[in-house]
Amino acid sequence: MATAIDRDRVQELVARDAQLVEVLPAKEYEEDHLPGARSVPLRDINQESAATLDRSRPLIVYCWDLA
Amino acid sequence: MAPRAAARLETLGFTNVYHYKGGKLDWMASGHPTEGENSTRPRAVDVARKDVATCDLKDRLGDVRERARATGLEAAVVVDGQRVVLGLLRAAELAKEPDLKIEQAMRPGPSTFRPYVPIKEMADYMDKHNLDSSPITTSDGKLVGLLLHSDARQHAEGCPDCARPMIYGTV
Repeated sequence: MATAIDRDRVQELVARDAQLVEVLPAKEYEEDHLPGARSVPLRDINQESAATLDRSRPLIVYCWDLA
Repeated sequence: MAPRAAARLETLGFTNVYHYKGGKLDWMASGHPTEGENSTRPRAVDVARKDVATCDLKDRLGDVRERARATGLEAAVVVDGQRVVLGLLRAAELAKEPDLKIEQAMRPGPSTFRPYVPIKEMADYMDKHNLDSSPITTSDGKLVGLLLHSDARQHAEGCPDCARPMIYGTV
């Protein structure tokens, strides 16, 4: 099961080359996203989009808030 | 949504997955920058008047009125020692009896808004709720500045509506 992390831990992991992935709809990503984040909307997560991510690096996903 | 996305990625074979529980809202609320279209458009923090007069609950209204006028604004914000917003004095409150204490004259508990809200959304909200001015605060209630409706409307010119409303839950 994925580990829930806070903002400080996000920054630590990104400094160690983690990938950031926003899973909100693309329009929301286009308006605002964390620096360096990629857009992979929840409904578009599949074998094809997964193939564009680096399996050797930690992966951090986020949305708008706790939901 | 993020926990479900993380779970889906794990089913696709990813083994080192985390989900940022606070999400984009937590990131922006803490004052961190973002990238994207909104990063080039004004937000509440960019337009708010940082030179608004502030005062204490025990100050005399007449004295605060003079300080407010010196800033060119018909408003002042009531704060505590840590600059947490306690009340607001708009023109109607500033016009009250000058010997009143601020505590007796202020509009208590005004709605406050976060610095990252796009100015178009602020202007539309202020239109809808007939707000002449609104305090902009950090998420822990500390004053950043006072946003005037006229300033918000001017800077919102040409800005589009955003897909994600950011004001809900703002108190």
